[in-house]
Amino acid sequence: MNRRTALKLVTVCTLAAASGLSGGAFAADTIKVGILHSLSGTMAISESALEQTALMTIAEINAQGGVMGKQLEPVVVDPASNWPLFAEKARQLLSKDKVAVVFGCWTSVSRKSVLPVFRELNGLLFYPVQYEGEELEKNVFYTGAAPNQQAIPAVDYLLSKDGGEAKRFVLLGTDYVYPRTTNKILRAYLHSKGIQDADIMEEYTPFGYSDYQTIIAKIKDFSAQGKKTAVVSTINGDSNVPFYKELGNAGLKATDVPVVAFSVGEEELRGVDTKPLVGELAAWNYFMSVKNPENTKFTKMYRDWAKKQKLPNADTAVTNDPMEATYVGIHMWKQAVEKAHSTDVDKVIAAMGGQTFKAPSGFTLEMDPKNHHLHKPVMIGEVKANGQFNVVWKTKEPVKAQPWSPFIAGNDKKKDEPEAN
Amino acid sequence: MNTWMRHLLALLLGCLIILPAQAALDAKVVRQLVDDDSDQKLAAIAALVQVGTPEAARVLQALSNDALYATDQRVWLKADDKVYDATTGAEINPAPDDVDTVSINNRVRGALDSALSGFKLTDPDPAARLAAAQSLQGDVSAVMIPALTAALKKETDSKVKPVLEQLLAQANLKNPDVKARLAAVEDLSHSNSPNARGLLLTRLDPANEPDAKVRAAAQSSIAAIDSRLAWISALANVFSGLSLGSILLLAALGLAITYGVMGVINMAHGELLMVGAYSAYVVQGVFRAHFPGAQDWYLVAAVPVAFCAAAAVGMLMERTVIRWLYGRPLETLLATWGISLVLIQAARALFGAQNVEVSNPSWMSGGIELLPSLTLPWNRVIIIGFALSVLALMWAIMQKTRLGLFVRAVTQNRAMAGCVGVPTRRIDTLAFGLGAGIAGLGGLALSQIANVGPDMGQGYIVDSFLVVVLGGVGQLAGAVWAALGLGIVTKLLEGWAGAVIAKIIVLAIIIVFIQRRPQGLFALKGRVVD
Repeated sequence: MNRRTALKLVTVCTLAAASGLSGGAFAADTIKVGILHSLSGTMAISESALEQTALMTIAEINAQGGVMGKQLEPVVVDPASNWPLFAEKARQLLSKDKVAVVFGCWTSVSRKSVLPVFRELNGLLFYPVQYEGEELEKNVFYTGAAPNQQAIPAVDYLLSKDGGEAKRFVLLGTDYVYPRTTNKILRAYLHSKGIQDADIMEEYTPFGYSDYQTIIAKIKDFSAQGKKTAVVSTINGDSNVPFYKELGNAGLKATDVPVVAFSVGEEELRGVDTKPLVGELAAWNYFMSVKNPENTKFTKMYRDWAKKQKLPNADTAVTNDPMEATYVGIHMWKQAVEKAHSTDVDKVIAAMGGQTFKAPSGFTLEMDPKNHHLHKPVMIGEVKANGQFNVVWKTKEPVKAQPWSPFIAGNDKKKDEPEAN
Repeated sequence: MNTWMRHLLALLLGCLIILPAQAALDAKVVRQLVDDDSDQKLAAIAALVQVGTPEAARVLQALSNDALYATDQRVWLKADDKVYDATTGAEINPAPDDVDTVSINNRVRGALDSALSGFKLTDPDPAARLAAAQSLQGDVSAVMIPALTAALKKETDSKVKPVLEQLLAQANLKNPDVKARLAAVEDLSHSNSPNARGLLLTRLDPANEPDAKVRAAAQSSIAAIDSRLAWISALANVFSGLSLGSILLLAALGLAITYGVMGVINMAHGELLMVGAYSAYVVQGVFRAHFPGAQDWYLVAAVPVAFCAAAAVGMLMERTVIRWLYGRPLETLLATWGISLVLIQAARALFGAQNVEVSNPSWMSGGIELLPSLTLPWNRVIIIGFALSVLALMWAIMQKTRLGLFVRAVTQNRAMAGCVGVPTRRIDTLAFGLGAGIAGLGGLALSQIANVGPDMGQGYIVDSFLVVVLGGVGQLAGAVWAALGLGIVTKLLEGWAGAVIAKIIVLAIIIVFIQRRPQGLFALKGRVVD
């Protein structure tokens, strides 16, 4: 106890000294928040937009008077799609910059890489991307979808009459933990729906892979066995551009073999000619094309921001699901801080449960009181010729997340809340 | 495709022969067409197909083009930049305010495509008829037999006719008459279409096919199709191997000169590819801003730009750094690696860290469909051709020009070449520039199939060295064979073991090969001068 007080005292002194050095009383009135997204490398295609969304949201909050009267001060670092570098940068944010909270990561491998750091230094991470579940950390809030909020409903849709009543499935992904785990869950789920292993093909490609000829030829062969075939794609990062280009060039149409993607949104499709891809599917919890006042405000805010920041191709700037999740996460953190009257990590964690926010998806989202995941609506969209998605199916209400998927053996014994560490 | 869509198609084709005249459409049906429920939409499409007038076809086409609009009061459509009332077909002037288009899902879209194809089977343009007939492959049933027979009778085009015959055979598979079924099964043995194979598979099941003779015939037809499809898929594999080989060749050709001939271990080779790819991006930007009409041809204009930009960077590197390090491979390796980092950072500073979008010109999109299951994408076909022309150009330069003669002389015996008056220093710079320029052309080709970003070169440096080392240092022919061999072996292994395992196996094979034959596929014969 003594030691802890002493430590606190030292910290306070150092902070005071630091703020004194960095010039004036104003610096002491800011709260530092860390942004940990790849701005270069294979994941930059997806993550750069999240960095911009975080900066925009912080600017919005600051313009409205900040958090508890203090301005937010973003600290941006670039982990460059390099997984060990994520851990290093996270450590730098927490111990050198002393940020109150970090918004960041996209791939599960990057999240796994920073987890020990957040646990050790008792930091707070908001993770905005759909993922494979199998995790429940006290120091992390998951504002993206768990498998039952994205993958399972997407497969249900493919099995339904409107989705084409698929009987054979190709599970195609990038070779790392998220696609492997998701496909393990999906395989078990498909078994429960009476689909045999002979009717499931699983394929993986490395990060940054760009030659999809053989794989598309394989999919064509696999679909020519007289049963309706669908592809579930968990390809991540910039490999999606060559994949969809090849798909369009090879003439494999969505009405014959639909592809449903879990990591492809409006942003990833910007560099692709979408005319040959009309009808390909994506499963998310938000699409830019949904119509409601919150979304109109959100998309307009981002367009204006992109123009003001002179982002590349700002006039065609789009919003997507992880951007919405980032936006919701930052606002919920603000609400929790204001409820706790403190940026102390443990107090904020206690205040997060049960927070609600009127999200651009058109639903009022609630942070689960216990399991650190958002209750989210599920939507299935079809690609239109203009690169936007047309929502063809959605849940009526937000769905509670199941981080421990019941389709993985042994998960029934796991608790639906973080274990004390 | 579900069964009742087939009935609907049959109805449609029947109607086309009778062609009833009717002006306005049933308002109830049009309203049903914009219902949110897919089943309602499908029923309305069926009803419109039955009407069969050009007005009905126009409404269906509008729905398929995302150009059908609806409010509670009226339904209208846009066609040829004009607005028409969907029910009466009359032009609306002024056009109503824009609201959302009526949305459709894949199920409705598939039905619509077939319905529209049915309309087009009687199109005066043979190309349209061919496309329509091809899109109906695998989607026909017995109820369509009379309509297809009628269409076949009228058909005169030699390209459309065999497709229609195949369609008729597919339809006859469900003919109640055993003889017709047997004939259809036998006809289909000539098909190359995976769809036909799928239909034949259903004939193997005794529950669908009571007649044992037909089942046996179906079995042998499937075997015939399978043996042809196996050939086709082998062909497709060889093609993708050739395509990968041509890309490896383009990436490695420049290195074959700088490393192979001059002996410089150039770790910045990948970044010279990147310079070429970014040249394509810059030229594309210039065309977008100044010559939007000629946008499709930016890539042609980018060829000299990519060559010159990369050659300039290469010559600058040679003059400033590499020249002082000849004969010291380790220092060269480190220095060029440093240069590669500088170039990557320079690209980040100039163009941003994110990938940039380099679009395919329209003549490089899509593919040429040789057979129903074999489509060769244009971009890959063109890149194979481009690789061959770059190879020819390089061969001509090395064998037929004075520069090539000097380069070969300097490589074989620098001192002697100097003695007879070859300006060896200048030749070094020019040869390095040539190698770098060729790398730029490789980067230009890469920009069409892979992502263009500051660190794109890193992914190709290892492959390029593999090609050159495998082919035999100092040998252009070796690089060609090594690139094609690597491409085809990789693609065959990928087909068998998946992309990740294939890469590992290829590396293992190369390690064993180099241990057995350190000089590579082709070795320089005679006295090699170091």
